[in-house]
Amino acid sequence: MSGIASYPAGSTQLLLGNQAIARGALEAGVQVASSYPGTPSTEIIETLAEVAKERNLYVEWSTNEMVAIEVATAASFAGLRAINPLKHEGMNVAMDFLAHLNLTGVKGGLVVVVCDDPQPWSSTSENDSRLIAKWLHVPLLEPATGQEALEMTKYAFELSEKIGNFVMLRSCTRISHGTSNVVVGELPTTQRTAKFEGTDAPHGRHAVILSMEPKIQAMLEETPFNQYQGPEHPELLIVASGTGRPYSVEAVEMLGLKDSVGILHLGTTWPMPKKVIEKHLPRTNRVLVVEEVDPYIESNLRDIATDIGWLAGERAVLGKRSGHLESVGELTPDRVIGALVSILDLEYQSTDKEYRQQAQAYAQKLVSDRNTVWCAGCPHRGSLWAVKQALKLDGRDGFATGDIGCYAMDRRSGYGSAKTGSVMGAGIGHASGFGRLGQFGFKQPVIALSGDSTFFHAVVPGLINAKHNKANITLLVMDNDATAMTGDQPHPGVSHDAMEQEAYPVSIEGICKGIGVPVQVFDPFDLDKTVPALLESVQTEGQEGPRVIIMKRPCVLLPDQRNKEHDYKVWIDQSQCLGESCGCGQYCVRVFKCPGLMWDRAAGKAKIDDASCYGCGLCAQICPVSAIKKEPIHAAV
Amino acid sequence: MQPSKTFADPFNMVVAGIGGQGNVLAARLLGMTLTHLGYHVSMGETYGASQRGGAVMSHVRASKAHLHGPLIPEGRAHVVVSLEPMETVRVLRQYGNPEVVCIVNDRPVRPTGLAGIGYPELSSLHDAIDALSRRAWYVNATDMAIKLGTQLVSNVIICGALVGTRTVPITEKDFEDTLQREMGGRRRLEVNLKAFRDGIAAVQEAAVR
Repeated sequence: MSGIASYPAGSTQLLLGNQAIARGALEAGVQVASSYPGTPSTEIIETLAEVAKERNLYVEWSTNEMVAIEVATAASFAGLRAINPLKHEGMNVAMDFLAHLNLTGVKGGLVVVVCDDPQPWSSTSENDSRLIAKWLHVPLLEPATGQEALEMTKYAFELSEKIGNFVMLRSCTRISHGTSNVVVGELPTTQRTAKFEGTDAPHGRHAVILSMEPKIQAMLEETPFNQYQGPEHPELLIVASGTGRPYSVEAVEMLGLKDSVGILHLGTTWPMPKKVIEKHLPRTNRVLVVEEVDPYIESNLRDIATDIGWLAGERAVLGKRSGHLESVGELTPDRVIGALVSILDLEYQSTDKEYRQQAQAYAQKLVSDRNTVWCAGCPHRGSLWAVKQALKLDGRDGFATGDIGCYAMDRRSGYGSAKTGSVMGAGIGHASGFGRLGQFGFKQPVIALSGDSTFFHAVVPGLINAKHNKANITLLVMDNDATAMTGDQPHPGVSHDAMEQEAYPVSIEGICKGIGVPVQVFDPFDLDKTVPALLESVQTEGQEGPRVIIMKRPCVLLPDQRNKEHDYKVWIDQSQCLGESCGCGQYCVRVFKCPGLMWDRAAGKAKIDDASCYGCGLCAQICPVSAIKKEPIHAAV
Repeated sequence: MQPSKTFADPFNMVVAGIGGQGNVLAARLLGMTLTHLGYHVSMGETYGASQRGGAVMSHVRASKAHLHGPLIPEGRAHVVVSLEPMETVRVLRQYGNPEVVCIVNDRPVRPTGLAGIGYPELSSLHDAIDALSRRAWYVNATDMAIKLGTQLVSNVIICGALVGTRTVPITEKDFEDTLQREMGGRRRLEVNLKAFRDGIAAVQEAAVR
């Protein structure tokens, strides 16, 4: 046995929140798991995939989140337990289907785990997915610790089968990517047989799911997930969910408020546990709600407090709406401390004032930002450098429409050709639209960017749209054999699946040809070919419809690439390097920006950082005076 | 060797570095050791895109009383373990206090682009770290790791240095036991044990100087 399947029941493990969720699913007898990679949800599928063979699971990285939830639902329709983890942005993709599935209902337990990314650390948006549960009238659970993540996942499967609908479990970055001690339970010894016997049609079912809500509420009131700890009549009652609970417990301990502040932990947050709230509200006159992202509980609690007549006179519900907690960015222990200090009029210093001032002064002088960059040897550096050069040579203010993947870094810390970038597939959709603005005087060339996984996920419909509607654009597909940004998961274009079994590689080139779009394939490091090809494509006057250029080279973080020997020995002849007077100033280090290039301050010249250089030789093509030298390590290169 | 002094509860450690330096694994090994010693351990990671040159920070928290949240409150670090000098100052700005101790890999990793050109002199970073901590130890773990044949073990060298300073409730044997359990493959285990012991030796030499 390996991975999470190897832990003996009753043992204490140190688990990532996502591993705890995966173990909970395994203990509940999950048989099918499907998803599309998305931080911070990815490890749930990866953890289950690791034990798929020995536990006889089916685990899939699907083409996109909507397909993933439909795949998981098929298993549920056939009577099996299934899990569908996603990040909040993936939840938006799945929504079209989910907003009907709540009406259809499910058979085998189906748990949708949505991992929100407050701040956001690894996303383009900061959403609160909890509002979806309220909108769709499905139960919502919010774990506060790794242990609770495991317990709630198990319970969510049971609940789902009891009510005949899917259940939402809401995690967030600090739960999913937090690590803590978890005591694991028993694994089941039997599996179900899949058999489909029909489903309800969604029409006319709105009334049915509404009538279920009071029943679900009654069940959730009975769970151990809503708990009060604190004095009988606290001066202030904290109502906390998710990370809000440990942060509140710590803030109360640090400020010495155990005798005056109570904490009501809510783990079931739709339907709201009204009776639990009714029981605890009368303890006090003031409530502080501590939760991640939106004032979701705060607003629902105000409704209940108003309905039962508690919220009147001097009584108050405080939190984000009252300005005591920030409405933007993730919750932290210090934010909770700040709210308590302000509400209870306390004194608190995180450390002495002089130290803090000194630390700030040092940091201001010595610490600089570290922009995320493409790795040394990353094929995207070649592809996006070619885009920049082609658009510059064209000279008509051309631009790229960006998409989601490592290449999205072009916009903020790369070469700046990409001027848009929000969700998967938007790049080609925007380009398709720009490509039809000619009748209004639009003359700028447009290059839509796409990765390989993104191409399958959401770009194909946009490309078909551009072809059908004759949009005059170029689509650049950067094919690196992986869903790289989330950790090199497989996608439909590669020849293995999530469980490391052989899979059919669908051809991007073949799809483009099938649509009737002209396609060219290049090595992104061959700038002598890629720059002219892109220039020619954007300068094709009067041509109707899109052209596709595929840049093919594997991600350097793939296991077989990571440890391979360098292609070239690369060095800088400092006698030729123009130093600070080069181009617009330190061209290779400042503009081209590869981690393998550094500035030799003593010599005033560029230098290769041997610890970082991947030996790809790309930089040798960009030095204006050819001071960067490369020599093949093997004659065959 | 048994650490004789008592340690704060919760005991808060920050492990900092750049994506790809292995600080998440270092934090995990420390967390596993503390779990094995019967502590309630919680850890949180803060990063942008960890593989791509960004600043990465792990919080490791251990308590005999109860499980804490994944984030250390500001100004409450007891130990900062840093795989890069500039990152040490970044962490001290938020989590430092006059009593904190630092164990620093003294090999700079310059940010790419313009920011990298202006990377400060190492001596200025030392001045800041010394001024902002009760005590700091500097070890060139990257060069030591290269001598062992792989840069990858610089994180375990720094763990060795940390244990060698006796500023954590972890003994040499405790951490070696974790390596024995977690490092599959005889060669991998040997190089990691060597790295760990080299780290201890390095900090003990530094202490004598």
